[in-house]
Amino acid sequence: MSKSRIDARFAALKAEGRAAFVPYVMAGDPDRDTALAILKGLPAAGADLIELGFPFSDPMAEGPPIQRAAQRALAKGMTLQGTLELVAAFRAGDAATPVILMGYTNPLVTWGIEAFARDASAAGVDGLIIVDTPPEEAGPLADACDAHDISLIRLATPTSDDARLKVVVSRTSGFVYYVSVAGVTGVKEADAAAVAPQVARVRAASGLPVAVGFGIRTPERAAAIAQVADAVVVGSALVDEVAEAVDLNEDVTLRVLSKVDSLAKAVRFARRVPV
Amino acid sequence: MNAPTAPSSTSRASTSQARPNDYSAYPDAHGRFGDYGGQYVPETLMPLVHELDAAYSAAKADEGFQAELSGYLKHYVGRPSPLYFAERLTRHFGGAKVYLKREELNHTGSHKINNCMGQILLAMRMGKTRIIAETGAGQHGVATATVCARFGLPCVVYMGAVDVERQKPNVFRMNLLGAEVRPVTSGSATLKDAMNEALRDWVTNVHDTYYLIGSAAGMHPYPAMVRDFQAIIGLEVREQVVELEGRLPDALMACVGGGSNAIGLFHPFLNDADVKLFGVEAAGEGVETGRHAAAINGGRPGVLHGNMTYLLQDREGQIKEAHSISAGLDYPGIGPEHAFLHDVGRATYLSATDTEALEAYTLLSKLEGILPAIESAHALARLPEVTREVGKDGIVVLNLSGRGDKDVAAVAAHLGMQI
Repeated sequence: MSKSRIDARFAALKAEGRAAFVPYVMAGDPDRDTALAILKGLPAAGADLIELGFPFSDPMAEGPPIQRAAQRALAKGMTLQGTLELVAAFRAGDAATPVILMGYTNPLVTWGIEAFARDASAAGVDGLIIVDTPPEEAGPLADACDAHDISLIRLATPTSDDARLKVVVSRTSGFVYYVSVAGVTGVKEADAAAVAPQVARVRAASGLPVAVGFGIRTPERAAAIAQVADAVVVGSALVDEVAEAVDLNEDVTLRVLSKVDSLAKAVRFARRVPV
Repeated sequence: MNAPTAPSSTSRASTSQARPNDYSAYPDAHGRFGDYGGQYVPETLMPLVHELDAAYSAAKADEGFQAELSGYLKHYVGRPSPLYFAERLTRHFGGAKVYLKREELNHTGSHKINNCMGQILLAMRMGKTRIIAETGAGQHGVATATVCARFGLPCVVYMGAVDVERQKPNVFRMNLLGAEVRPVTSGSATLKDAMNEALRDWVTNVHDTYYLIGSAAGMHPYPAMVRDFQAIIGLEVREQVVELEGRLPDALMACVGGGSNAIGLFHPFLNDADVKLFGVEAAGEGVETGRHAAAINGGRPGVLHGNMTYLLQDREGQIKEAHSISAGLDYPGIGPEHAFLHDVGRATYLSATDTEALEAYTLLSKLEGILPAIESAHALARLPEVTREVGKDGIVVLNLSGRGDKDVAAVAAHLGMQI
């Protein structure tokens, strides 16, 4: 069931002839209830798929914005259990929007890999991106995901040559996430001209839609990437909105969703370059 | 217990070959020591760690590389380091004879330089032009800055802001050596966070940068490579103790943070079943208080910094801050080979508190005229038990991994004195 939610969404977007907009938000940031309100508001604000981060104390691939988001969430007591509860609460009101969890290996090891895949699937999770579990270490996780109809989504990067790409796309489904810059999240800027041929290469190697993320902060850049990719992921720019709204004592949900709205519109109306 | 009678080293070697379980054969082809180790890194880094693995394997097999390294270890580092019979310390405890492996006499004052010399030669062989490192106490940072100065490579050292504060002399030393020290304020602002920040730098500067990890920790091939570069400690001890005593020792002791000095001492003896191995973790204010840095004695297996190993973590799998008077042991994990040696029972991991380490620090200073690094003092603190267990005719070799000059201000503060 779950895999089909991602596949169905990309099939529908293909028919529409446009790229997906995929916001990344952190579970429990700035607190549980606000995060749930944001999550529930995302589809209406233009999210086609949702990436939901689960916090980890030592996120080695994240830049300062998502590091801080994880710290805020942990400080408010967010857990992996709490993250699955958020997904279940979201799923109760939305049966169509795919939800992909993104995070680090250790909380899963603590939960138990097999048990986690089962419980995540039951909560309505469609895909998993585990940043520090590369294909070489992913055997047990891939087995567990297969057993519970969860897509294990892999990261391809500027350092993936053709030989490496073959390894990266093995046992993957749903889509492939192309990390558009060598670096941590939210620091360098992605360049659409450089990304285009890489997306084509990953698409050819995997036969799957390709989402592009890391380094996309503005509607203009989101639109440029939307012309060459199947999905555009924005994370750091959104968690920065959370931080600023908290600092300025503004309505966090409103502020994040209006940013999502402007990014989603840019993606929605970007003209696709025929591929 | 009675000290085991000592067969000659050759007969031990033949016994070793007959062992069904060859502990020295790890890691396997996947970088695993049993269940531990591996390569849990972001995809961007995977091609780099594969490249490093291949380059190190080639260098390890290259006699020219090994000869060049030996030359620098002799003439620049000052090896071999002495194996010193600590006569007054031995008499004080009244048990086994205590020998100190004097790694604190190396250039830069600790064992860290052994590994740095090996890795800088490898980095140059790989054509890398920029070096990054993490440091806790600053000993590894100083050693890295030193080899970078020697070979003219730019060097950035990540150091937790808390450690920058408690190890000021080492920060200044690194600056004198031309390195840039970047204080890390994220997380707990100590060694684990410095390592996160170094990994973030590496993932951002993949083309020209070599990450010179200072402990036998992190992702494969680092635990095996750092161990190999540090194994010179154990190899020398093997020769020296046979020359002095005509036999192998009964026990080896070393402090363990990430565990590079310990694994360097232990590894050449792993298949000598009669040589007991004791690692000593930092118990901080006491393992039972939760404020400690004892990953094996107070943690459980998990994944951090690229490898599966014992970690300090909460029930949710969030990494806990380590606590120790020693910045060099203030790390919530331990090298994966130690995790393996613990599980199979080949090595025993004890612990020593801040207070016990301080007492050992002052004891060695007064009895032998040697200021030990506060890290090494943790191993010294367990000498009473180990010398008693080994017994009067036995031999204990303790790795004095670093010198304690860097710690005088911290020690004075803990003793309530002003200097």
